Amino acid sequence: MEHIRAHVLICAGTGCASSGSKRVEAAMKRELAERGLDKEIKIVETGCHGFCEMGPLVIVYPEGVFYVRVQEEDVPEIVENHLYKGRIVERLLYKEPVTLEKVPNYSDIDFYKKQNRQVLINCGRIDPEKIEEYIAVGGYQALGKAVTAMTSEDVVEEVKKSGLRGRGGGGFPTGLKWSFTRKAQGDKKYVVCNADEGDPGAFMDRSVLEGDPHRVIEGMAICGYAIGADEGYIYVRAEYPLAIKRLKIAISQAEAMGVLGDNIFSSGFQFHIKIKEGAGAFVCGEETALLASIEGKRGMPRPRPPFPANAGLWGKPTNINNVETFANVPQIINQGADWYAAIGTEKSKGTKVFALTGKINHTGLAEVPMGITMREIIYDIGGGIQNGKKFKAVQIGGPSGGCLPEELLDLPVDYDSLISVGAMMGSGGLVVMDETTCMVDVARFFLNFTQSESCGKCTPCREGTKRMLEILTRITEGQGQEGDIELLETMAKNIKATALCGLGQTAPNPVLSTIKHFRDEYEAHIREKRCPAGACSKLVGYTITSNCKGCGLCKKVCPAEAISGTVKEQHQIDPDKCLKCGACMAKCPFKAISKG
Amino acid sequence: MKTIEDLKRLREQVQSDTRLRYTTGTKIIIGMGTCGIAAGAREVMSAVLDEIAKRHLQDVTVTQTGCIGMCEKEVLLDVVRPGEDRITYGKVTPELVPQIIAEHVVNGRILEELVVGKFSE
Repeated sequence: MEHIRAHVLICAGTGCASSGSKRVEAAMKRELAERGLDKEIKIVETGCHGFCEMGPLVIVYPEGVFYVRVQEEDVPEIVENHLYKGRIVERLLYKEPVTLEKVPNYSDIDFYKKQNRQVLINCGRIDPEKIEEYIAVGGYQALGKAVTAMTSEDVVEEVKKSGLRGRGGGGFPTGLKWSFTRKAQGDKKYVVCNADEGDPGAFMDRSVLEGDPHRVIEGMAICGYAIGADEGYIYVRAEYPLAIKRLKIAISQAEAMGVLGDNIFSSGFQFHIKIKEGAGAFVCGEETALLASIEGKRGMPRPRPPFPANAGLWGKPTNINNVETFANVPQIINQGADWYAAIGTEKSKGTKVFALTGKINHTGLAEVPMGITMREIIYDIGGGIQNGKKFKAVQIGGPSGGCLPEELLDLPVDYDSLISVGAMMGSGGLVVMDETTCMVDVARFFLNFTQSESCGKCTPCREGTKRMLEILTRITEGQGQEGDIELLETMAKNIKATALCGLGQTAPNPVLSTIKHFRDEYEAHIREKRCPAGACSKLVGYTITSNCKGCGLCKKVCPAEAISGTVKEQHQIDPDKCLKCGACMAKCPFKAISKG
Repeated sequence: MKTIEDLKRLREQVQSDTRLRYTTGTKIIIGMGTCGIAAGAREVMSAVLDEIAKRHLQDVTVTQTGCIGMCEKEVLLDVVRPGEDRITYGKVTPELVPQIIAEHVVNGRILEELVVGKFSE
């Protein structure tokens, strides 16, 4: 028997895999074998560690040394110096962006220090393709406890008492939802996991499925026991191939182990899970459209009531929750509702996972207690704005949410406070924008997204979002008219009030919230035909300043032959011919071209 | 797996697969500077790993460190039991390893005659 003295954890989540972690892993295997260290050092392939920006990530235990941006060619040095001689490879350590201090241990990095990782606790720490690793850290204990020591009513009560609210966006109390399905009449009931993560900038569900799939399966099985269902579906978009692969492995391992299937823990409870791959339509994240899609129909919503709790999949009572919601359940059962309810704010309990993207230094996943301020998330965890630029706004909740300006950064982040300022939690995507982002253009971007993703069933959404998009496009192109803002507001209110499902009802939110907080930018576009952020290409002009050395490079790259001038003399741009493509500015070695 | 007791048994069995990532137990630290390696640190480390495996010790981690300047006393091996002083043993050979592990790591009795340094962390 051999003793393993070190574990080398290599992130194999989608983020790190795309920056080369598979090659790092292969090199590590080779190098350890060559040095004869392969018997005492184990390589563990893990799910996402959340710090995607810094990937590929390699963590060496027991020390917990955290290496970032590791490439294939760095591997021999790690093996020789760290794993053989015990010398940390300093150049691969993470450097704090402000202090430039190197931080060897990952728990000391600011990005992790302010987090409270409960849902993500195993992500990046266990091998998601081995059920034994999940069991070793306490996996399936909650399911065992629920089915052998609790009645189904007890389980529902425990979840109710915990205060857990749906993490998919709406924030409906989970225990209450479970009790509706539990009470519903029907011989057959279903549990559905909504893993159709469609918000631009959101990837927390994918990371949980990739990094800790058993946790979601366990949460679903507990829900099945609580509501009296024997079958579950995971609806996951086909764009998440790694998540699907790992879910399949996890389900078959759980079945082989007997924690999923018939007569679980000899309790008589049975539960089976199937995977349904969605085609990646945003509307299929809406619960009634999702159910139609599982049934093999076109993914379109239907009016509610009846709610899925009473008439869901094939007309049977069905409980639908999001991935993160289910992932919260095992620890509520294990550690108790009171433990859970002690985290967070009065009306929003527990933690929330946010996906940080945009112009922020640390893009990635961060799990924080509810009630933390947006400023803490962006500056303390996210490391602030890239390239020292100024913060302008943060879009929270994807296309259904809204933009928050600087003045609202100290707002505690929970379901109700966000709604009070015209945004919403949504699934937890945070897109950070800096001073170079045009807020009218952002509204146009999100509306373009919802307009393309509208299923077309109801008129307000199909036609209304199209008209709104036309107006926004016109404004960004300098064709805005007096009254456009008021017209957008009226249309937004009508669409919100009359659309059939959540997609349509929330589609105008980005427009309304940008008008509310950045009305002056709309007015500048309409009245002065000017884009204050310098982002709308039709409203921006390029000029050549006196820094010009007359090198002629700009003239060569201009596709429209808009630049003229003789060598060694200042060139000029003809604004009528200029396409505003920016090619000249990118090429100029003297920074002699200005945009404005 | 039929019962919750089966799950508990399995959990205990497989815990060693991940414990290293959460451990809070005893640390054995071996000096792997050039001086240490020249004096036979690698052989000492192998002996440590063998002994831990033989005794099925669960909550013990083995890490390495560089030269601390006492090259003359290499191979240096430190033992840190949770909440106790860090004890540095000098001139450690593979033959001494079973004794250090049995006496100090398992039973908490410091082998004073081999100690070259002590300090509180």
